[in-house]
Amino acid sequence: MKITTKLWIGIALLAVISPLGWILPAYFKAGGAWGEEKRLTLWRAPMSDYSFGAQETKGLFPYSFATIISAISGIIVIVTVIWILGRILAKKGDQGV
Amino acid sequence: MHIPDGYLGPATCGFFYAVMLPIWTVASRIVKKTLKAKQVPMLAIGAAFSFVIMMFNIPIPGGSTGHAVGGVLVAILLGPWAACIALTVALVVQALLFGDGGITSLAANCFNMAFVLPFSGYTIYSVLSCRAPLGSGRRVFAAGVAGYVGINAAALLTGVEFGLQPLLHHTAQGQALYCPYGLKTAVTAMAGMHLLAIGWIEAIVTALVIKYLQKQAPDLLGGIAP
Repeated sequence: MKITTKLWIGIALLAVISPLGWILPAYFKAGGAWGEEKRLTLWRAPMSDYSFGAQETKGLFPYSFATIISAISGIIVIVTVIWILGRILAKKGDQGV
Repeated sequence: MHIPDGYLGPATCGFFYAVMLPIWTVASRIVKKTLKAKQVPMLAIGAAFSFVIMMFNIPIPGGSTGHAVGGVLVAILLGPWAACIALTVALVVQALLFGDGGITSLAANCFNMAFVLPFSGYTIYSVLSCRAPLGSGRRVFAAGVAGYVGINAAALLTGVEFGLQPLLHHTAQGQALYCPYGLKTAVTAMAGMHLLAIGWIEAIVTALVIKYLQKQAPDLLGGIAP
């Protein structure tokens, strides 16, 4: 298996366990990151807080599911953007400097 | 470490956009000259990895949370300028799509996490791993230290940016218009969190991935020059 394939599998695994990223703080009753509580809503992000509007309090599974979907969507968007940037910036074939 | 909208005054926000525009321009030029087409998948992996790892909020004693960034790892593998681009893409997607990090503060967040973090980490890594064989333990150690230093440099700067706001932007009565916490509080909170907890996580993640790659794909560790 190519190394890039292995690394993508690793990233996919991280995406699947991404709900831990809010479950752990909730379990330990930790607040937001210092200074990250919202003060001003200038921009209404389409998938605000990685949750697709699911409520943390309404249940573990919908919120976790939304988090995983957010992770996957974010990854897809990032790969697309990097692919486009790569076409613009990278040298064709193996000719580096 | 993501600064939301409303914490930084307009002058501060504008300042960081002014600073980042040339940095992004230089990064594009250098990456255009040095990045090979076959490295683009690794760039995508780097950006995706950073994005997903920043979703893991780690509870810290004291009641707040923090997250690793992974930017030093990308810098080690692809050079700091490519890391700047990868991290910028991740941060922009986080801000625009998920509201993680503000729009006015996007350049400040990029300065901290897409510039200071990868560059300071990469410098430490280069110095500590100088001439070490690709498979050596010294490289793993250097990667860990680099991760620790990189994220703490970014965190310290973020604390300073927060803490300067009451000084820079306040009403005639002295009430803070944006971030209400002064330098002492902000720097202590950010630096403390990252020196004691988050920095270690970044160090371990960076070192472990480098160790993994040493076995699985050591040629990736050859790296490219700046």
